[in-house]
Amino acid sequence: MEIEKLSIYSAIELDKAEGEAIEILKEHSQEPIPDRDRWLGEELQRNILLTTVDTIINWAQRSSLWPAICFPACCAFELIAANASRFDLSRFGMEILRASPRQADLMITAGTLTWKMAPQVRRIYDQMAEPKWVIAMGACGISGGIFRSSYAVVPGYNRIVPVDVYIPGCPPRPEALIYGIRMLHQKISKEHTDIVLPSPTDVVNKGRELLDKAKDLSPF
Amino acid sequence: MTVSLAGPEIAKQIAERFPEIISEISDQAVVVKSKSLFEVAEYLKSSPELSCDYLNYIAATDYYDYFEIVYQLTSRKHNHSLMLKTRCYDRSQPAVPSVVSLWRGADFQEREIYDLMGITFTGHPNLKRIFLWEGFEGYPLRKDYL
Amino acid sequence: MALKTEPFMLNIGPVHPSTHGVFRMRATLDGEVIVDIEPVFGYLHRGVENLAEERTYTGIIPLTDRLDYLASMSNNLAYVLAVEKLANIKVPERAEYLRVIIAELQRIASHLIAVGAFLNDCGAFFTPFLYMFREREKIVDLFEMVSGQRLLYNYMRIGGLSQDIPPEFLPALEKFVEQMPDFIDEYDRLLAKNEILLARAKGVGILPQEMAIDICASGPVLRASGVQWDIRRADPYSIYDRFEFDIPTGNAGDCYDRYRVRIEEMRQSLRIIKQATKQIPPGEIQAEVPHLIRPPAGEAYAHIEAPKGELGFYLVSDNSIAPYRCHVRAPSLINLTALREIMVGWKIQDAIIIFGSIDITMGEVDR
Repeated sequence: MEIEKLSIYSAIELDKAEGEAIEILKEHSQEPIPDRDRWLGEELQRNILLTTVDTIINWAQRSSLWPAICFPACCAFELIAANASRFDLSRFGMEILRASPRQADLMITAGTLTWKMAPQVRRIYDQMAEPKWVIAMGACGISGGIFRSSYAVVPGYNRIVPVDVYIPGCPPRPEALIYGIRMLHQKISKEHTDIVLPSPTDVVNKGRELLDKAKDLSPF
Repeated sequence: MTVSLAGPEIAKQIAERFPEIISEISDQAVVVKSKSLFEVAEYLKSSPELSCDYLNYIAATDYYDYFEIVYQLTSRKHNHSLMLKTRCYDRSQPAVPSVVSLWRGADFQEREIYDLMGITFTGHPNLKRIFLWEGFEGYPLRKDYL
Repeated sequence: MALKTEPFMLNIGPVHPSTHGVFRMRATLDGEVIVDIEPVFGYLHRGVENLAEERTYTGIIPLTDRLDYLASMSNNLAYVLAVEKLANIKVPERAEYLRVIIAELQRIASHLIAVGAFLNDCGAFFTPFLYMFREREKIVDLFEMVSGQRLLYNYMRIGGLSQDIPPEFLPALEKFVEQMPDFIDEYDRLLAKNEILLARAKGVGILPQEMAIDICASGPVLRASGVQWDIRRADPYSIYDRFEFDIPTGNAGDCYDRYRVRIEEMRQSLRIIKQATKQIPPGEIQAEVPHLIRPPAGEAYAHIEAPKGELGFYLVSDNSIAPYRCHVRAPSLINLTALREIMVGWKIQDAIIIFGSIDITMGEVDR
């Protein structure tokens, strides 16, 4: 009963590479990433000129947050139930669960995170475009939950990605999830945008740098 | 109703074919020596009175002196089930013959036992870690992990 | 002039837009045809068997909820049956009837998601899924009346149930049982002879009968391949021998048959619930069991027909308050054994459908 290997890469090499990536990430994630609470001191520093622009931009961003798909475990089904017809998430503009992280701006982490899955979640977070937010959903997202003492579970998502809102519950009811999303809306409405325009010389120098790099890479 | 065959009954049927193999008989199961596990399993599958063609599960337990591997077999034709066990006394390099060629459902279960307990199954076509990643040190389900 | 092609490897990664959880397949493709496929899992391995050795017998019940999180009541039932077998505890009659009713309601809820997700993968983007969720919300309301939770109930206890049903449960259940057959007929009318579903699912991913027995599959996957093996008939646990019900089987073992078997099983579950509600006796809800139970030293294995297949718990006890070893026989893991054989030769879009029709839950595969 021999299994004929027809795949072109050796499976054990791929497994070993994956294992190394996991061990490296585990070493670097011993401390939780601090939460993003820059907005707490923001009220005092508002610039009158940009306030109206801020209000409009924040309203646009918070009314159409598109979640990225990151559904490890049980909380996923409360998220899907929140999307279904009884607790309708599309009244907040969030009915589209985008498979591609490039088109999403919110990551709702619905499930237990294991060390084996951690590099993939970090990769999805890195692929999302700025501005982006993260909601840690459920007890497993906050601190590892009922599985905290296990050898293979990351104790909370804030070891891997910076988190904005924590929603307790196991699993949190869809109403609790909607409350958490409303809290995130309030947080977004207090943010302000930094509009920094680069000077013309900076732009030209950056362009020259990129051209030089491209010459090294191309084979012709 | 699935009848669970008692230990002495199974022992009687195995003993006439394989003398000197049985280590112990309890009232629920029969313990056989691990070297001849494959032959006993093949006999249990192919003999017409027993004809156990369905393997329910394989589980491994760590009693501090030995590892015990439990197989539960069911026969759909006669609607009876029996429990077969084997022991492995070597703690540094435990090895047991694999039954994948008899029941393919044992494939992932044996890989899981290798991953979590460290018991090697000789004859398995693809024995590598399944739940934990390559590079994980140790075998978590052993009683002396951590 | 011949066209030169070479195979390439595609990683159908752990994060993908179907709702089956974190499962990864390394597929080697020649064009669109799959040449080789290797399933990789373990992305949700939380070490439940290890954690169970540190918790008391009653404290493991919330842990078993999280195994197959779409059918929590069934997991609870299997575990509690194993402990009762180990410690020789007799469950009162009223608790037995309520357990059967709740287990069958859970089967309907789990099959609704299974069928909905399968149709989602077939391309009916979310419409059948939302229709099935509408019915599932009714069942979840019933469960919330009984246990207070929507998804992970922690309701069964060793020797019975944790609390009795409130008075509004039985009228609501009767109303549900009256309305549900019409909804199942509605799905059948829309989907059973649908050309697109027939073209995509009929004849795709055939699991022959001998292979199904060889890989020790169980549940709808085994019955769709033509094998009449249902634990509620072959080895009745609880009081299933008092009810009349049929066991739907398919004959071809393709994706369409697995879908039909699940729809028919929902109808049979409604039949069992109707018979059970007529016969519930009054009485106690839980047997007299000590708070910290210490079963005598020994081992026991109890299995039930969970919605995904044969779910069993193998417990070894050494007369202390925590089990010495707790092993879960996960149906989803064993049903996946033949994934490579039934997928090779099909195109990549068929692979998604075949995988969806086996209906696995990663919490159970990875434990």
